[in-house]
Amino acid sequence: MDLAFISQHYPLYVKAAVLTVVIGGIGIVLSAVVGLICALSRYYKIPVLRTITVIYTELSRNTPLIVQLFFLYFGLPKAGIVLSSEACGIIGLTFLGGSYMSESILSGFQSIKKGQIESAESLGLSKAQIMRYVVFPRAAAAAMPAVSANIIFLLKETSVFSAVALADLMYVAKDLIGMYSSTTESLFMLVVAYLIIILPISLLCSVLERRLRRGGA
Amino acid sequence: MAEKIIEVKNLHKQFGENVILKDLSISVEKGEVVVLIGPSGCGKSTLLRCLNGLEPIQGGSVMLHGEPVLYGKKSLTKIRQRIGMVFQSYDLFPHMTVAQNIALAPLKVQKRDKKEVEEETLKLLERVGLSGKADAYPNELSGGQKQRAAIVRSLIIHPDIILLDEITAALDPEMVHEVLKVVLDLAKSGTTMMIVTHEMAFAKAVADRILFLDGGEIVEEGKPDEFFDAPKTERAKQFLKTFTYSD
Repeated sequence: MDLAFISQHYPLYVKAAVLTVVIGGIGIVLSAVVGLICALSRYYKIPVLRTITVIYTELSRNTPLIVQLFFLYFGLPKAGIVLSSEACGIIGLTFLGGSYMSESILSGFQSIKKGQIESAESLGLSKAQIMRYVVFPRAAAAAMPAVSANIIFLLKETSVFSAVALADLMYVAKDLIGMYSSTTESLFMLVVAYLIIILPISLLCSVLERRLRRGGA
Repeated sequence: MAEKIIEVKNLHKQFGENVILKDLSISVEKGEVVVLIGPSGCGKSTLLRCLNGLEPIQGGSVMLHGEPVLYGKKSLTKIRQRIGMVFQSYDLFPHMTVAQNIALAPLKVQKRDKKEVEEETLKLLERVGLSGKADAYPNELSGGQKQRAAIVRSLIIHPDIILLDEITAALDPEMVHEVLKVVLDLAKSGTTMMIVTHEMAFAKAVADRILFLDGGEIVEEGKPDEFFDAPKTERAKQFLKTFTYSD
């Protein structure tokens, strides 16, 4: 292992890591928003929206992210829509993540027993109040393990961003290997960079899970 | 004549092809305690659930103080603030403390003053023997304590009537008494209630009037003494026999 090589080139990884975190972070937040909307439309069985959601979920879950990115980056310009690499990365990740988040959040909603909802109804709470005070807080706790798994899954999926010319961690590693044949050092830094990003997030998620479970299940 | 709280006229309820309640008419007057008894599957719980719009009905009408209880309608949230309901499985919200459970409806639905609600919560908890449990979470309470907290949760909205649906059915035998004592105390203080129960001794003690339901109809109706000591119908006699072990 050539330590001098590592100390010379690690700033490239830092820059790429920032890009991964920023694009990944935005994509994950938007995934959660899309997932929440989809989960609500399926939970409340909202007529048209629900059908759209089901079609979207199947499309999103059964195609690879790299194909979705190619479609956005190389396909859309044929229809006159040109997106930047960053926009493609965010939209692609959101398209993929939204369906995974939707499934996780919906299963959280569905874990709340009918008796809980009926007792809230009998207290005169409106539908929106039941969601806000009774269903959502516990559904969030129930869905948190699945949601954190999605977050980590999506962060790892950012490794295909290089396909749409985003200078992410994978892109930098491939570049360095190509230029200097420094396979060992480049891959080492790649693994370390992913661990530095993802490990703390894993830990944070478990802490959050525990805090949300407070008061018993 | 006394003021009618609940008035049910020609209620018809079915699940698919299965008829649960047939052309049923009853009324409950202010301050009255009506106890519904009958074999399981006779429609007692369903009747209670129809009274606060938890079940759609296929015919007839349910009125609370002359206002119709309409399933699925917006007006229902207003009406439900005047009907308390306590369930067999307590259904306290597990992520809230006892006090938060109790204060939820008065604060968020009735928009009452926080301080006033806090004071009433503590007063009611003391009344049911739960002082000191305000900040406990439901999973830290015994079944009997949970059910008493659930009773307070329905009391604090100051309902016109409280519906109790087999509230001791899920409890260990030694906890049944502490819960039923609370209900007896409410009855003494003039709370209007409609109670579904399998505890015959309790029914006899608490009821002003017994309704015996079988096959979706009211088969017999009467004062508790008359009903338990000298039932008029064969079906009621047969039913009461299942609670005695001598022949």
